[in-house]
Amino acid sequence: MSRHIVATVDDIPPGKRMLVNVKGREIGIFNVDGEYLAISNRCPHEGASLCKGRIVGLVESSEPGSYQLSRQGELLRCPWHGWEFDLRTGKSWCEPNRTKVRSYELKVEAGGALVEGELKAETFPVSIEKQYVVIEV
Amino acid sequence: MSIVELDRDRPAEAKLRVIDCDIHPSMTAWTEVHPYLARQWIEHLTVYGSHLRHAFSEALTHPRMSPDAARVDAYPDEGGPPGSSLALMRSQHLDPNGVELGMLIPLRWNPGSQRNLDFGVALTQAMNTWQIERWVKNEPRLRASVLIAQEDTAGSVAEIDARAADRNFTQILVLPRTDEPFGRRRYWPIFEAAVRNNLPIAIHVGGTNGHPSTGGGWPSYYMEEHHAVAETMQAVLTSLVFEGVFERFPKLRVVIMEGGLGWIPSLSARMDKHWARLRSEVPHLKRPPSEYIREQVWFTTQPMEEPARASQLIDLFDRIGWDRLLFSTDYPHWDFDDPRYAFKAPLSAAQRDQLLYRNAQAFYGTR
Amino acid sequence: MVADRQSAEIERPGRYAGAIDCDLHPALPGMSVLLPYLDDYWREMIRVRALDRLNLSLTSYPQNAPLSCRPDWKLEGGQKPGSSQQAMQAHVLDRYQPRFGILNCLYGAQVMHSEDMAAAFCRATNDWIRDEWLSRDPRLRASIVIPAHNTELAVAEIERRADDPRFVQVLMLVSGEVTLGRRQLWPIYRLAERLGLPIGVHAGSAYRYAPTATGWPSYYVEDYISQSAAFENQLQSMISEGVFAKFPGLKVVAIESGLTWLSGFIWRADKTWKGVRVEVPWVTRAPSEIIRDHVRFTVQPIDAPDEMEAILRLIDHLESDELFLFSTDYPHWQFDGDAVLPEKLSGALLRKITSENALATYPRLAKAERPMEIGA
Repeated sequence: MSRHIVATVDDIPPGKRMLVNVKGREIGIFNVDGEYLAISNRCPHEGASLCKGRIVGLVESSEPGSYQLSRQGELLRCPWHGWEFDLRTGKSWCEPNRTKVRSYELKVEAGGALVEGELKAETFPVSIEKQYVVIEV
Repeated sequence: MSIVELDRDRPAEAKLRVIDCDIHPSMTAWTEVHPYLARQWIEHLTVYGSHLRHAFSEALTHPRMSPDAARVDAYPDEGGPPGSSLALMRSQHLDPNGVELGMLIPLRWNPGSQRNLDFGVALTQAMNTWQIERWVKNEPRLRASVLIAQEDTAGSVAEIDARAADRNFTQILVLPRTDEPFGRRRYWPIFEAAVRNNLPIAIHVGGTNGHPSTGGGWPSYYMEEHHAVAETMQAVLTSLVFEGVFERFPKLRVVIMEGGLGWIPSLSARMDKHWARLRSEVPHLKRPPSEYIREQVWFTTQPMEEPARASQLIDLFDRIGWDRLLFSTDYPHWDFDDPRYAFKAPLSAAQRDQLLYRNAQAFYGTR
Repeated sequence: MVADRQSAEIERPGRYAGAIDCDLHPALPGMSVLLPYLDDYWREMIRVRALDRLNLSLTSYPQNAPLSCRPDWKLEGGQKPGSSQQAMQAHVLDRYQPRFGILNCLYGAQVMHSEDMAAAFCRATNDWIRDEWLSRDPRLRASIVIPAHNTELAVAEIERRADDPRFVQVLMLVSGEVTLGRRQLWPIYRLAERLGLPIGVHAGSAYRYAPTATGWPSYYVEDYISQSAAFENQLQSMISEGVFAKFPGLKVVAIESGLTWLSGFIWRADKTWKGVRVEVPWVTRAPSEIIRDHVRFTVQPIDAPDEMEAILRLIDHLESDELFLFSTDYPHWQFDGDAVLPEKLSGALLRKITSENALATYPRLAKAERPMEIGA
């Protein structure tokens, strides 16, 4: 496992996402209400580019005819078959025990705290004043 | 949404060769067919438009779960709906998926379901020309289907005969929700023209005929409607068998498109069982239904079944017959099947090649 | 008749003894048997309009079609198949010695357009079944025939039978006026759940619409074949509309549906659900799970050339051996000889299919089965 700087926090404001390539893997970084989450870009169902799907809320129901919407921005629908994945856990909403998209450890770190040589900055130089999204792959 | 540009979305895989039997091209606007329509019909199209047997003149009865019933990632950069850009079709599908041949199945807006028969016929003629001019001429991998307005059998036969010499047309296309079950004798001139011209008939999910989607009424939800299309295919296959279409036209070949596969062995057995009991009603049938199906009917594979265990899928293919299956993706629709990942069962290279390529190669007689 | 009974006793198969036959069809010899159970208005209508001369033969089951009656179950003198209790006893009840047999009467009252007429004639039919069948053979039980197209009247008819424990199920046709999951039918399901009555959905149609989405097939054989698709559609309706979410105690029995369609059904329904869940968010589990918990299926007909293989395959696909219920479908011609079930079924599976699954499905039968119950 190694750690990689992939973006500044300004690159991914709340509600937005970024697709990055780390060690040959495509990974989607999502900013859900200030929290950064990282999942693989491949849908476990048929390999679709998961991160091109719509970010949605959670639809539930207490009984037929009633609809409750919550957790807006916390789920992702695969762009193909529409399977819902919980961004926080990577699990399929319909079959959480069976189908999961791989998720990755993420940290936000200040530029000053990053030690040269230990990390690999992908596409940009590190500045002491900025905050960076660091992913472990 | 900001996305870092990458090389490609998926690594290229070696030696994937595919014949995709179900690709849906679309228009950016109706004006695309204007060059192939008489002035009278351009005006009619503009003023009166589509006229169907349900409440909406153009929208589907049950809204789909995604816009245009399509993959969310299939919108061309230059604008237009999914399926309207040849460039994107190439870069997103034909090239990376190893598609050597793709069969075009234009759907909107149901020329065969138009209540105004003359309008429907004119539309089919225009859309047939559109397929060639807009798609096939610009992309040698694509082939066209002869659209017909099946309720006008004379018009349909004329159109089939007019297109048959053009080998860019590989089949005749009908949507199964016709005025009467498609095996009924009023449609037999179409089968006769198909056989005479050595063209198979593709029956692809769709159509509106004013009949509810179920024999017990209209469904409320798309979840039901999406299921009912499989039952509709069962009904059309039953009609073709029991009306004696296969008996009367032993050289006719039919491909059932997008109806699913899971019901095929069960329905074949059910047909055989009850035919044995009730055969005095249909003396024109000389053989068990399952035999006609085994010899004269093929099935496209999308949407692929996903049973709990891989062995169940293999068992399903064994019972249908591996030679019956023609791979399809349904690009650019939402329930697209990727040729690499659609089969949730380990296949040998030979089996994979048979499903993805060789069966369709034999069926369409290419090369 | 007596001689038949004796020879039946000699050769009858013992393997079905104690079974619960979940699909028997008693037939009315004619409308006149309902006269004692109709009020004076309807008796007058019958008299003045000669309603009793109407041939109410059902399009779903033409009286003389081969499927409607097995040749050796035909009655003398052109009597309607299934209209003789003695014959039913000789042909199946005394021959197979079930513990219980459930009567599903497909007369025609259910499909009359006039709701009042349907309700009156359904009530009379249930009364006639009670007096002429249930009271004459202690093995017999019955489904309540209802005018499903008027929910209030249907509910009233179920209420009327609630206290008679010999009525064990509510009978509906698979193809009615609205899809079976629709909310307007829910008062029926609510009451059935409360009373512990499964909903028996039987093959057959009120023919309010073309039997298929492709229109009206030419032949009866096509209509009959389309029944399995009808069950697929209506089961999907009940699941999608949330009937089982709303009524978690409700059980549904699919009667005479054919069985082998179930495999393809669950594969497609489960896969579809994962993509469309947000449309029907009260469907919180895969359809196959819902079916395992809530839906049962009578065995005849088994649509397969090898029935043993078919049953085992279905149990494997559905991951349950609790779904199937023994049925002869008398007098319909689904099997020959005594081949109601394949010969090679294991003892455990035979017991499940012949009786245990039905006892788990029909609370009123389970209650009657218990020896401690007095006056059941």
